[in-house]
Amino acid sequence: MKKMRVLGVPYIVWMIIFICLPLIFLAIYSFTNRTGGFTFNNFKEFFSPIYIKILLNSLYLAAISTLICFLLGYPAAYLISRIHNERKRNVILLLFIMPMWMNFLLRTYSWMTLLGNNGLINLLLQKLSLPPLNMLYNTSAVLLGMVYNFLPFMVYPIYSVLTKLNQSYRNAAQDLGANNRTAFLKITFPLSLPGVITGITMVFMPAVSTFVIPSLLGGGQNMLIGSLIEQQILQAGNMNFGSAASLIMMVIIFIMMRIMETFDKTKKDKVEINI
Amino acid sequence: MKKFLRNAYLYVLLLFLYAPIIVLMVYSFNASKSRGVWEGFTFDWYAKLFANTQILSALYNTLAVALIATIISTIVGTLSAIGIHFYSKRRQSILLNVNYVPVVNPDIVTGVSMMLLFATFHIRQGFITMLIAHITFCIPYVLLSVLPKLRQMDKHTFEAAMDLGARPAYMIRHVILPEIKPGIVTGMLFAFTLSIDDFVISFFTTGGGVNNLSILVYSMARRGISPEMNALSTIMILTVSALLIIINLRGTKKTKVQGGN
Repeated sequence: MKKMRVLGVPYIVWMIIFICLPLIFLAIYSFTNRTGGFTFNNFKEFFSPIYIKILLNSLYLAAISTLICFLLGYPAAYLISRIHNERKRNVILLLFIMPMWMNFLLRTYSWMTLLGNNGLINLLLQKLSLPPLNMLYNTSAVLLGMVYNFLPFMVYPIYSVLTKLNQSYRNAAQDLGANNRTAFLKITFPLSLPGVITGITMVFMPAVSTFVIPSLLGGGQNMLIGSLIEQQILQAGNMNFGSAASLIMMVIIFIMMRIMETFDKTKKDKVEINI
Repeated sequence: MKKFLRNAYLYVLLLFLYAPIIVLMVYSFNASKSRGVWEGFTFDWYAKLFANTQILSALYNTLAVALIATIISTIVGTLSAIGIHFYSKRRQSILLNVNYVPVVNPDIVTGVSMMLLFATFHIRQGFITMLIAHITFCIPYVLLSVLPKLRQMDKHTFEAAMDLGARPAYMIRHVILPEIKPGIVTGMLFAFTLSIDDFVISFFTTGGGVNNLSILVYSMARRGISPEMNALSTIMILTVSALLIIINLRGTKKTKVQGGN
């Protein structure tokens, strides 16, 4: 059986070269200046008001879009899971997931066609002799792009937990006199929390780091941390500062994942013990 | 009434999800090049698409990278999953944590860090570097799909095969692979869809004018995307939908047959 272990070796070598080494370089670049000398300056610079504002703005927008995705996505997942006809349920679910198979950039670009000053929505308003709206290149457009692109990531995990949910718990609650609302709040919702947490993680993480959405829909005025990294590395050619910003974002995301994980576990245990 | 409200909510959300896709498809048949006006129905953009070398070369790169990355990452991911399965618990958890890094790391961090690696060793970025990056972020998904299937396997199966004189190569082919096949297929599909849709990591690891479709769309977006691109995406959407419908229909048929038995 030990002979089989040899099979793991090529990938271990690959991981060292293409996963570990790049991260080591990221750390080295972020702690050095352009000439290669050791410095903390990149981090000092990052913790100045302008960049902290960008970081907080990214976290804020990601949080808001996650919240909107939850508010829109939970009812959707719940309603889909309550469709009795299995065939219809599968079709609707498939329809919710299918947009993800289409190129993410094209879908986002298409919103520019809809929202632009000469876009379809404004054309429609014009036809109805209503004043045109300024919808593109602002924060709301960025939020819309985030919600649009990441909503399926919220619906699917919640749906898959809800369908696996044992209906007898709910029935038991109702037999014991709980009305629909109480049964939902005390039984269904708490039991679906693992799906909610997966959904939150899957929406929040890409929303924090995106630079495509602010670049296309925000018109570049709405600088987020992803756009900052892209700009520093590819446009300004400042690899060191860009690396420091990447490292900070990576650390923040890892901490958040850890918090989410512990939250998930304690909740699961509690629910199981309660029942 | 309740049912009506439920359906209304779901259909409004679906309209929101499909509005941009429908717009894109409709514009691929618009005779006017500008996005604001409708000048009649045409198939011109479809004909012009096959003469647009910029789009065709991006399409070629996207498909070539996706195919090669899927094949390599499926083979490497499956074999390494088998190898890692026989490691001690402690080593397994270390390796799996490293394997998990590209999965949880934001794409931009993966892209930037790989770019730094190539820059430090003065490797000129292009097709090969983009391919390496794709393989790197695809293998973890294959490994994570295959490993659970290996863990579900009965330990005694390996021992029985060994006692009966199966050599490792024979055992992999005739004992292990048939059991873990569903995991391999899942991993392969994951790898292909992730690779074909990737923008951020490709954006940072390519160079020298080698584009994939996503990068081309990004660079065109500010000036306005040429209608040929709408035509191409319409073709792609229809292909994907057709495939999904076929898979779905076959899936329901299969479960029906199983249910009948």
